[in-house]
Amino acid sequence: MDLKLSSVSHYYGETQVLRDITLDIPSGQIVCIVGPSGCGKSTLLRMLGGLERPTTGRVLQLGDAPENCLNPLTYIFQDFALLPWRTVRGNVGLVLEDHGLSKAERAAIIDDVLARTKLTDFADALPKQLSGGMKQRVAIARALAVNPAVMLMDEPLSALDSQTRELLMDDLVALWTRQPFTAVYVTHNLAEAVRLGHKIVVLSRRPGELREVVSLDMPLAERRHGDPVLEAQQQHLWSLMRDEAAAADAELING
Amino acid sequence: MADLTESTAREVTFRGGGFQPGHRRGVGLAVFVVLILLAEWGTRSGFISPLTLPRPSDVLLTFQELYQSRMLFKHLVPSVTRLAIGALIGASLGVGIGVLIGLFSLVRAGLVPLVAAIFPIPKIALLPLFVIWFGIDEASKYALIAFGTFTPTVVATYAAVDNVDRVLIRMGQSFGLGWWSIVSKIVVPGAMPGILSGLRISLTIAIILLVAAEMLGAEYGIGAYILQAGSLYDLERLFAGVVILSLLGVAVSAAVAAVERRVLNWRV
Ligand SMILES: Nc1ncnc2c1ncn2[C@@H]1O[C@H](COP(=O)(O)OP(=O)(O)O)[C@@H](O)[C@H]1O
Ligand SMILES: [Mg+2]
Repeated sequence: MDLKLSSVSHYYGETQVLRDITLDIPSGQIVCIVGPSGCGKSTLLRMLGGLERPTTGRVLQLGDAPENCLNPLTYIFQDFALLPWRTVRGNVGLVLEDHGLSKAERAAIIDDVLARTKLTDFADALPKQLSGGMKQRVAIARALAVNPAVMLMDEPLSALDSQTRELLMDDLVALWTRQPFTAVYVTHNLAEAVRLGHKIVVLSRRPGELREVVSLDMPLAERRHGDPVLEAQQQHLWSLMRDEAAAADAELING
Repeated sequence: MADLTESTAREVTFRGGGFQPGHRRGVGLAVFVVLILLAEWGTRSGFISPLTLPRPSDVLLTFQELYQSRMLFKHLVPSVTRLAIGALIGASLGVGIGVLIGLFSLVRAGLVPLVAAIFPIPKIALLPLFVIWFGIDEASKYALIAFGTFTPTVVATYAAVDNVDRVLIRMGQSFGLGWWSIVSKIVVPGAMPGILSGLRISLTIAIILLVAAEMLGAEYGIGAYILQAGSLYDLERLFAGVVILSLLGVAVSAAVAAVERRVLNWRV
């Protein structure tokens, strides 16, 4: 299942936040969206997830979601959004409970995703006992459990320290390599974008417009922290963004 | 900056203390013991006249007598039954309607002013009305206690529902959970801390109303017992009754605390 944005513009009241965005999200790829803060990245993601309607333009779904997919468009939140009163197992199980699955089927799915995210040993822990990185792994496990057609990730690693972020990026790459998934990955961190993105979409400052789409052909598994090709791409992205970011920053200060 | 040796070094002054309520076991008990000992000493030495305050040891004797004549249970059982039934009705209605107010803006617009209007009414003043509506028997007592528990529970519950983390609700929606699942698995558990602390207050109010209800037309019950003792100026029995009420309050509070520890073990 592919997603397509067709000349999408969006206003909040008088303020235009997105201007004429046309973008393809092909299945099996990770599309990273980068841009200065306030440029409408989260808004764009909410539209893709059906939580918001664009003022003009259309959000299209091309083709049907796979047969066994319980929740085609699935979010991963920056602040994890785990239920603190449920264990790791319970949090993953939550999203399976409304789909008429038998207890055994649910247990099998939960065991599978916990194994894939290396959380099996923590199945009975409560969120308060977990570190930030572990919590986000639980959220990823929960998203995988519904077998999404597209994962919508809004700065999923931004609440984590940089070491944890590296580890989780490796986990995401490993997950994708074992079983490619489609994802839209919003970030303001260019290093994340060049590690995870097959396609990197650069937005301008508000109103967000498509500045450039960079394609990276290097397989995810071969990308390493500090790789010269990736460094060069990151430099290129930064040169695209730096003036925008500076301007956006000044704009916020001036109100 | 030349002579930085150990000899000229000073400790950095610590100024980070306080503002951290911690557990101090036994202090509460000590306050009770000291007050009781003071009363005992005062009444024995004649510093406090027996008409002002009964001697604590006499109250204890009265209590013992009450226990041995099995009258204690004759009074306690109906009281606890009334408290349990009345509070159960009031609290469940309160939680139910509080959740509805929290969820639906129409219900909120309709009921919040009503709740605000009945909250400040001293429910005791309505006892005669309840007697007319429900009869002089148990039903009017249940109604009074239920009504008194209802209002604080409603207010605590809808405030607690308002405070449930919206991100969690969005999460539920984004995974396509049904309405009922979101309410029962996200909203209500998330509101539980607020509901339980509201329950502490409403159950205390329930005890106050229990006594009021029993002072009007009850043969047995702590309230009736206190009323009888009061009209005879039998201070020992009056105080024995009051002590029972205090113990009841402590027991209720301990019960809520136990439920909190079990249900809210997920809190950081
Ligand atoms: N619900 C809303 N109502 C009004 N303005 C909003 C709303 N959500 C976001 N905005 C504004 O739209 C702009 C884009 O927001 P957002 O999509 O969150 O940006 P980003 O995620 O790129 O930082 C910001 O200026 C923000 O203040
Ligand atoms: Mg954002």
